Amino acid sequence: MGYLTREPIDPGLLIAEVGGPESGGVASFLGVVRNHQEGRAVLRLEYSAYEPMAEAEAGRIVAEAEARWPVRVALRHRLGALAVGDIAVAVVAASAHRAPAFEACRHVMEEVKRRLPVWKKEFFEDGTVTWVGAGEAAAAGAVLSASDRGAAR
Amino acid sequence: MRVNVLLFASYADLAGRERLEVTVPGPATVADVVRQVRALVPGLDQLPDRPLAALNQTHVRLDAPVAEGDELALLPPFAGG
Repeated sequence: MGYLTREPIDPGLLIAEVGGPESGGVASFLGVVRNHQEGRAVLRLEYSAYEPMAEAEAGRIVAEAEARWPVRVALRHRLGALAVGDIAVAVVAASAHRAPAFEACRHVMEEVKRRLPVWKKEFFEDGTVTWVGAGEAAAAGAVLSASDRGAAR
Repeated sequence: MRVNVLLFASYADLAGRERLEVTVPGPATVADVVRQVRALVPGLDQLPDRPLAALNQTHVRLDAPVAEGDELALLPPFAGG
C-alpha cells in the first residue's frame, strides 16, 4: 500500500477506504499548499522524500495510531510539483465515535510532521527558491532522536 | 568498512550529489561516518555537527554502530505536510 503519491489526493477515496457502517465518526485533515510563507508570495512547491523510508515510517505511524485508538486510519502524502490549493497531505481517521477519530487524526498528522523524511522546496514570486527548514539545520539533532520514539537500533 | 551514505534536499545540494561511499575503520558509529563525510566532501563541511540520521531506513542516534554495507541517510529538517 502506498502512502506517497504523485497523483492528486482525493479525500473521498480515503474516507471510503477507512469508513464503513460501523464508523459513526470520521475525522479528516487536509494540508493544502498556501500562497504565502512568512509574508512572501509562494507560487508553487516541490516535495521530495527518502521514499522507501517515508513509506515505512508512514506505515509505522498508522499502525501505532490504530493500536492506540479504536480507529482505522488512511494517510497520503503527495510528492512532486504542487500548485497553490493542491492537497499536500491527507489524514482520515474513522471510529465508532468522534473522540478517538479526532484524537487519532491529530496525532497522525503531528507524527507525519515530526517523523516523515519529506522535504519541501518553495518557489517564491520574486524568483527565489528555498528548502523549507534548511536554516534550522544546526538544531536538527535536537529535534528528533530515535530514543524519543523507542526506535533505537 | 564501507558505508553507503545518502544525501537529500539541501544536503544533496551542498554536496552536488545524492550518494557516496565512505570507508571508515571499524568499529564505527554513525557519528564517525558523519565526521568523515564532513571532512572529505567539499560542501559538506557545512553539515550540522549532529544531523538527523537514519540507518537502513530507521531513525537512529549518532552513537549507533554501523556495519559493512549499511545505508546511512543524512536527513535535513523535515518539511512534510
